[in-house]
Amino acid sequence: MESEPFSDAVDKLNAAGAAVRDARRSVEQLVGSGIGDAVQAATGIDPLVFHVAIFVLAIFVGCSVARSVKPALHTPLMTLTNAIASVIVVGALLAVGISATGLSTTFGFVALVLAAVNIFGGFLVTQRMLAMYKTKDR
Amino acid sequence: MAETFAAVLYLVSGVLFILALRGLSHTSTSRRGNLYGIVGMGLAIAATLFLARPSFGALLIIILGFAIGGGAGSVIAKRIAMTAVPQLVSAFHSLIGSAAVMVAAAVLYAPEAVGIGTMGAIRVEALVEMSIGVAIGALTVAGSVVAFLKLDGRMSGKPLMLPQRHLVNIALGTALVLCLVGFTATGSHALFWLGVILALALGVLLIVPIGAADMPVVLSMLNSCSGWAAASIGFMLQNLALIIAGALVGSSGAILSHITCKGMNRSFVSVILGGPGGETAGAGGTGGGSEDRTVKQGSAEDAAFLLKNATRVIVVLGPGTAMAQARHALREMADILKKQGVAVSCAIRPAAGRLPGHMNVLLAEAGIPSDDVIAIEDIDSELARTDVSFVIGANDVTDPAARDDHASPLFRMPTLNVNQTGICLLVKRSTDTSTGTGYAGIDDTPIYEPDTMMLVGDARTMVEAIARALTH
Repeated sequence: MESEPFSDAVDKLNAAGAAVRDARRSVEQLVGSGIGDAVQAATGIDPLVFHVAIFVLAIFVGCSVARSVKPALHTPLMTLTNAIASVIVVGALLAVGISATGLSTTFGFVALVLAAVNIFGGFLVTQRMLAMYKTKDR
Repeated sequence: MAETFAAVLYLVSGVLFILALRGLSHTSTSRRGNLYGIVGMGLAIAATLFLARPSFGALLIIILGFAIGGGAGSVIAKRIAMTAVPQLVSAFHSLIGSAAVMVAAAVLYAPEAVGIGTMGAIRVEALVEMSIGVAIGALTVAGSVVAFLKLDGRMSGKPLMLPQRHLVNIALGTALVLCLVGFTATGSHALFWLGVILALALGVLLIVPIGAADMPVVLSMLNSCSGWAAASIGFMLQNLALIIAGALVGSSGAILSHITCKGMNRSFVSVILGGPGGETAGAGGTGGGSEDRTVKQGSAEDAAFLLKNATRVIVVLGPGTAMAQARHALREMADILKKQGVAVSCAIRPAAGRLPGHMNVLLAEAGIPSDDVIAIEDIDSELARTDVSFVIGANDVTDPAARDDHASPLFRMPTLNVNQTGICLLVKRSTDTSTGTGYAGIDDTPIYEPDTMMLVGDARTMVEAIARALTH
């Protein structure tokens, strides 16, 4: 009953997906990006697929790991995840280290300082809290 | 070759981040977990420097950036009072969000630096990832700043209800999506910044109507958001460490919001829609007939007598400032009682306070062992076989109205049934209920319970007085 509009929609989705793929491929051919193209040439699979796979698996890992954290450690969990998220510093480093334009370096530098505050602050405050737990457990 | 080597290093640092979080599953392994996190971060930075090979000048700028940021971060982390950790966490979330926006902007103005196209001709895929990252990042910034102001008391903790806010939010959200779709189609810098402004406005409007009592959920949600923003930027940069870290932070924040919501018996949607707890916001309905209800009052000596002659005592602690100030005195009192053969333990409601697990940190700082804090699933049976419960700054956590009174804004909030215990001691600044409303902004009813004895005074001075009376 509902299969006709459904299969219709699926066809349209497929067509749309193919169009997006084509568009992406043509843009990529124009631009030419290093590692991505190399992987694609070797395997025929878009590297985005690998990234999404890793992303999804990491989400599952994150969920199960967070569930196993005991409630007394929920605050350190937040400060530690916060510190880990500041690995966004790699983007800032690339912007400052490679980029040519002044504006981009400025943005990168601001991002670098903000992320650095977070890296040092996040890990140190986590350490401070965990130290209190540890000495009391003995 | 260099790219492959760096990618492997990024993968290793991602795995180290997973190990870091896994370390937190137990107190004894938690410090090692933190160390894994630091090593993972160092690896990711080393891999990036190896990949970017910055010129000497650029290297100096990088070192300068680390010196400024790292110095500030270290000083903050060393100096911050444990009571102010909720503010610190929300401030840190806003930093992650700003960093995400700034990295996206930097890439927008120099896309060739990360190999995603040239100026004005960035790959569509990267533009999509960039817009998602920027939208979530800016939302996190604005939301965290509002949360920070509320937690720091620079802005009223009461929910601020704007007229037609749902309509305004939907309109803003739609405008944001349209703006970013336009950005991915054209790559226009103006649309990028318009998107940032719209996301900032939306972030403010989303958090402003949420009351102070729901802050634990808001903070863990913003924690999750900062992770998703980082992951989107990771996709844009095709960086494994960032993708893994973002996914970990995003999912663990989401799980934490879920656990916290369950602890407060709230649904996530009702928290996000704002307002005080529950739809029945007929606050103040229970305070009306307070004149004809009697309140028993006692002195510190009475309390000391009752505590000394009990076999089991449970101290019920609330999330407020009273608990924060009284906790050190409380440890002394508990130590004296334990020496006299009284079993003393603490009870706290999970998700109480301003940050999940914050009260555990405060108790740990005061030197109260985590083994003395009763797990919530055992609390009802423990309370039933306890002689004296001693409630400090936790009046709304123990409010029977939450179980019986449908008109109470606390209705269906999980509470601790202290009236099951023999005698309930309750510290309160004043018997005047009009000034005595708790953190949640409502009247306290537990003081009218028949087995309750009220100790009028400041929590810390009262606990100190009891401790003194116990030693005499």
